[in-house]
Amino acid sequence: MRNSGLSEAPPGPPLWLLAELTYRCPLQCPYCSNPLDFARHGEELSTAEWIRVFRQARDMGAAQLGFSGGEPLVRQDLAELIKAARDMGYYTNLITSGIGLTEQKVRDFKVAGLDHIQISFQAADEAVNNMLAGSRKAFAQKLAMARAVKAEGYPMVLNFVTHRHNIDRIEQIIELCLELEADFVELATCQFYGWAELNRVGLLPTRDQLERAEAVTQAYRQRLEAQGHPCKLIFVTPDYYEERPKTCMNGWANLFLDITPDGTALPCHSARQLPVAFPNVREHSIEHIWNDSFGFNRFRGDAWMKEPCRSCDEKHKDLGGCRCQAFMLTGDAANADPVCSKSAHHGVILKAREEAEAPGPGMEALTLRNEKASRLIYRG
Amino acid sequence: MSLIKREQAPLLRRGFRLQWEPRQDCHVLLYPEGMIKLNASAGQILSLVDGQRSVAAIIAQLTSSFPGVPGIDEDVLAFLEVAHAQFWIE
Repeated sequence: MRNSGLSEAPPGPPLWLLAELTYRCPLQCPYCSNPLDFARHGEELSTAEWIRVFRQARDMGAAQLGFSGGEPLVRQDLAELIKAARDMGYYTNLITSGIGLTEQKVRDFKVAGLDHIQISFQAADEAVNNMLAGSRKAFAQKLAMARAVKAEGYPMVLNFVTHRHNIDRIEQIIELCLELEADFVELATCQFYGWAELNRVGLLPTRDQLERAEAVTQAYRQRLEAQGHPCKLIFVTPDYYEERPKTCMNGWANLFLDITPDGTALPCHSARQLPVAFPNVREHSIEHIWNDSFGFNRFRGDAWMKEPCRSCDEKHKDLGGCRCQAFMLTGDAANADPVCSKSAHHGVILKAREEAEAPGPGMEALTLRNEKASRLIYRG
Repeated sequence: MSLIKREQAPLLRRGFRLQWEPRQDCHVLLYPEGMIKLNASAGQILSLVDGQRSVAAIIAQLTSSFPGVPGIDEDVLAFLEVAHAQFWIE
């Protein structure tokens, strides 16, 4: 049996580096994965600080680098950061809403060495997209930029976060992606962290909605395969309809390293809410953070597990699920993820499924993600 | 599925990049938000895929680099079939 604690082998390299350059964003998506209290976080890292982080992580073995946020285009030094990262040998990904992008920037980033652009859409029709984005011009801009990205020769991922208000239009979503010549399409059913957790009742689809969307996606996959079409459809199911938890992040601090705008290093986007102290790149090297810091070692191995995980014969398969979900829904990050039907807290998941069956509030009742809401929520 | 032909000159799919990663001690194929670790022979084959060399030339080069190793021919064709089916090469 695998032991835990000091006898563990040293962790493998942080292959995936996510640089959340800023929490600033022109959109207000109600399922944003940023923390609810983003408005009170500290000063953004400087250009030089980011480049130092990229160098240190690359030396540790990081090969994929995602520029994310917030909206990374808000950073005026983005082209400089792309060039520095590409020169180090990273595969560079820009993860953007497309708002603030121009044909000139698409070309400038290409010259700087950007490898790939992912554009996120809120819906496949203009009215719903713009309502969810909290912007009247968003949809037309996204279409124009998706076309510019392909015209410039980039591979393109289109990302649609799906939920109860748009998942029934999945055919329309897939058709739009094919028309725009996406290489990969992520149909990601909302996962309930950050703002999405706040808006969960207004977002979680019913089981029927989900099963229909999966069936439609599967039919499209078969059609694309028969045509020898290279577009790949990736369907992410919400774990609220599972009986076993997901192997979250492929294990705690296993291959993913997230740096937030103020330099706090996290093993996943939402870990900041946990009652765990996380290190900051302004004070520590990436090597120290990854190998030695308390925060990154907190849930490695299995010594931290409680029952029912501790004696479970599946514990090395799902690693107890998601620590953030365990914390949000049970108050203790070391508990089993309540998605697991063996969890004593599984009732909260069953209740959420039941609530999804009710008509529920309309789209207009969702709390949009913006600074005002963030400050209101965290006024105390 | 069309079989790989010896006179074709395969090319990595647009946006895909082959790279040697010292920390992983292997070649990796990088693509949007993903990475495939390649074993030694897959890395050697893909290193020769440049849109200029034909499949026959790739086989010839590997055969001269590894004299006496049997089955290079079948290995290259089998791997390129997989790479083509996965849309790694065009």
